[in-house]
Amino acid sequence: MTATIAKRLLAAIPVLFGLSVIVFLMIALIPGDPATAILGSYATPENVARLNASLGLDKSLPQQYLAWISGVVTGDFGRSYALNRPVIDIVLERFSATLLLAGASLMLATVFGILAGIVSAVRQFGFADKAVTLVVLIGISVPSFWLGLLLILFFAVKSRLFPASGMVAIYGGGGTLDILHHLVLPAITLALVATGVIARLTRTAMLEVLRQDYIRTARAKGLSERRVIYRHAFMAALVSVIPVIGIQAGFVLGGAVYVETVFQWPGIGAMLVNAISQRDILLVQGGVLVVAASYVLFNLLADVCQTLLDPRLK
Amino acid sequence: MTGAAAASQSEGGAGSRSPDKERRERPSTFALIVNNRLAAVGLVVLGLIVLAALAAPILPLADPNATEPASRLAPLFSEGHLLGTDALGRDMLSRLVWGTRVSLVVGFSASLIAALFGSAIGLVAGYAGGRTDQILMRFIDLMMAFPYILLALAIVAILGPGLINALYAIAIVNVPFFARNIRGITVGLARREFVDAARLSGKGPLRILWSDILPNVLPTIVITLSTTVGWMILETAGLSFLGLGAQPPQADLGSMLGDGRKVMFTAPTISLVPGLMIFLVVMSINLIGDGIRDALDPRLRSGALARPSFRTKVAKDRRVSENEGGWEPMPAGAGSGRHPPLPAGISSTRGEIDETETSTPRGLPPCGGDARQGRGGSASADSNAPPVLDVRALRTDFHMGSEIYHATGGVDLVIRPGECLGLVGESGSGKSVTAMSLMGLVPSPPGIIAGGRVGFKGEDLTDASDKRIRELRGGAVSHVFQDPLATLHPLFSVGDQIVEAIRAHQPLSKADAETKARDLLALVRVPNPAQRMKALPHELSGGLRQRVSIAMALANDPELIIADEPTTALDVTVQAEVLRLLDDLRRERNTAVLFITHDFGVVSEIADRVAVMYAGRIVETGQTDEILARPAHPYTRMLIDCVPVMGEPERRLDAVPGRPPAVNRLPPGCAFADRCPRVENDCRQAEIPLDRKRDSLQARCLHPLSPGEALLGGTGAVAAETADASSDESREARP
Repeated sequence: MTATIAKRLLAAIPVLFGLSVIVFLMIALIPGDPATAILGSYATPENVARLNASLGLDKSLPQQYLAWISGVVTGDFGRSYALNRPVIDIVLERFSATLLLAGASLMLATVFGILAGIVSAVRQFGFADKAVTLVVLIGISVPSFWLGLLLILFFAVKSRLFPASGMVAIYGGGGTLDILHHLVLPAITLALVATGVIARLTRTAMLEVLRQDYIRTARAKGLSERRVIYRHAFMAALVSVIPVIGIQAGFVLGGAVYVETVFQWPGIGAMLVNAISQRDILLVQGGVLVVAASYVLFNLLADVCQTLLDPRLK
Repeated sequence: MTGAAAASQSEGGAGSRSPDKERRERPSTFALIVNNRLAAVGLVVLGLIVLAALAAPILPLADPNATEPASRLAPLFSEGHLLGTDALGRDMLSRLVWGTRVSLVVGFSASLIAALFGSAIGLVAGYAGGRTDQILMRFIDLMMAFPYILLALAIVAILGPGLINALYAIAIVNVPFFARNIRGITVGLARREFVDAARLSGKGPLRILWSDILPNVLPTIVITLSTTVGWMILETAGLSFLGLGAQPPQADLGSMLGDGRKVMFTAPTISLVPGLMIFLVVMSINLIGDGIRDALDPRLRSGALARPSFRTKVAKDRRVSENEGGWEPMPAGAGSGRHPPLPAGISSTRGEIDETETSTPRGLPPCGGDARQGRGGSASADSNAPPVLDVRALRTDFHMGSEIYHATGGVDLVIRPGECLGLVGESGSGKSVTAMSLMGLVPSPPGIIAGGRVGFKGEDLTDASDKRIRELRGGAVSHVFQDPLATLHPLFSVGDQIVEAIRAHQPLSKADAETKARDLLALVRVPNPAQRMKALPHELSGGLRQRVSIAMALANDPELIIADEPTTALDVTVQAEVLRLLDDLRRERNTAVLFITHDFGVVSEIADRVAVMYAGRIVETGQTDEILARPAHPYTRMLIDCVPVMGEPERRLDAVPGRPPAVNRLPPGCAFADRCPRVENDCRQAEIPLDRKRDSLQARCLHPLSPGEALLGGTGAVAAETADASSDESREARP
């Protein structure tokens, strides 16, 4: 088992390397003079020269990459021009907020998606199935930035059940309960699409598994239908649902951009949007790299879980 | 979308058989109608929206950019402004229509660009294979390693905010979906004969891709497009919402929503209306996409994705005996008492059939006595004992769309304690369906028990409660299935699975059940049982796996074992061992066995009596040695001739030529007539009864073979046909 996990870890290294190359190329790919593009046309010549030097743009691309990646490995992503702070500090600060939001959403999506998928499969063509199918369809069609606004209008403005924005209350906030209270609306908003996708695929996987011969065997053994569905069928279906959860992690991390903007959640997505508007490329670079790398690691985790669950995959 | 790949493949396979039949079999289930209706609704909604967007220049709308500070933030339905005005006093209705126009153009353009480049990459990678494929797909994988929207953000960060840049970003991000799906299909197509032919005819790769492969991948491109276009519209709107897409004064739905947010608390409709429009567009596209996918996915069409229920449905109005029904002509000369409905407590055996079925010579040693000598010959069962299993006129139908397949058309079976009945027949003869019907294991839908009774020790199982069926399953009646790799749960250890079987019927502690499971494994001669308990099915050999299945079947001392081709998936030596094991166990324990096989060689090893099935009916039954030596039915003769005999290399190995008739359109008279070398005119006239021919033999034949008579007439088919037919069977039995 350790060997399997080690193998998966090793396989992730080229992916991480590829990611870093693409993220690194972000600056090289900027049309025209990157320093001017980054700093804007009103930048002082000194600033342009300083940036050019710090980007090492006078060297060859591989040399630039080496210089950059050795910095990245030691946590040096350069400095944010707009905020005049080390990129790594900002990114880590913001990313923890995003992880909290995305993690909560993914958990909601997994639990409710799987439950809905099972109910839908077990009651195939019945009322529950149709209801789930409809909700799922709405869930994957609704723009999250619009849904967020709706939730704010109804639950924050009209009924004042939940706060409309931010992660902590301005006065006396910061406790766990306070953060959870702020988390409810954004987490639900972000979870909706992933819930729909997971529900859909769980339903398909369950229906697929329920047709297998080993389900007939389980029934032929005289097991209760509950045991057949929740142990025999569900465990087998879970094997194909787990990678879907891994992929949904990517959609949740990406979708966080909208939700963080709508709810002013101090996460990395909202930060990226501001950084892009301000052409703060180094900050964008650092942010994208960290989120993408964490996504790769999460998929690795899903992969390992799947292998643990289904030893045939070894 | 691997489903699409499977879709097109299986469609091709089915089409080659009988395309028009396949089309007629499409079920008009409620769900499919609803799906189609939803798709139609989506089509109408999207059509209206697109029409309005197209007609924007000629509609009597206000200038979307004309500001009018005096009437800013007008509410809905105000004078001259149906949807009110925004913070600058611009007419919302006009802006909505024009914004929708921009959003649709951008979304569809992004989709087309993604489809174009993605499909091109997929086609090249799939067709070229080798290194080109590797490099391209590695790159695609790398793109997919980014969280979806993050990559779009990075691209916008490089190119700078703007609507066109957002379009590019979304298009690029969606390229991998197309590339992957198209490559998958292309890889399969590139190895097909028609592509080889095109290559040999001197066509260049580009022309082959264009004229031979592209038309075949087009449906996949359409499916992928229909499932991603909604996303792309949503995401371009999203980028605009974030202020990274459309820049003022240009406006799409996303940027309108973003602008409206600033005045959300005072005038919520300004942001809610464009959002609602995005939702309507995306929802209708998704509805259409689902409709397209369902229409192109034959698995949904055939109803095969339907969930099999706990137990086979039993028709409420089922006819208990054949002669009450009307689906086949009444057997000539068969009185209405021929298949009497079973009284609740069947113990006595009355009537013609019973007498002949049980006409074993009295006085033979009961089971266990002189087993070896009795094999294949005398019944080892006590012919006086009441039967364990007494099946009457069992009919199981499959409803596939508007067609009804009579998989079994009135089967009678009697098995006594300790007796082994071999049920023999070709693929699709209905033998497996018969076996699976007994305990309600035929998947429903599409299966349904349409008539007859399953008598188990005096109890009619078709009437029994679900609870009772569950008690019996794995308890008094257990099953051994064909392919133990598919029939054992892949994720649970074999020990777990046996323990589960034990504890489903016996109130044992886990530890006790484990001890018992180990003993069972030892009983079926699994070496190192304690160690094997922890093994997963795929870690065992085929023979060991089947022993595990048998151990599981024995877990609760069953009175009847239903073995459905238990040795077919095994190689010959293992097959012999497993057969011997089953035979010994049933003799030791006096267990009745219903043994289903297509192989007369196997039958001769284990069965006391044989019933031969054809097209859902029993065509011949009798003592094994008698049938083997002197069959009366030509079909039986032909099946026996299929068995190779050691030391007789000159023996002709002919498969039965032709195919069995489709069980939804059975001919009148003998179903075998078309393949029978002895067919005469009267064979096709009327239903032929199962009549006693001699000794224990009963056959459904007007011109039976006399003892020892060989078949005349050419049988030129290949022996391999029986072998490949077994895959046919699983399709027939579990559609």
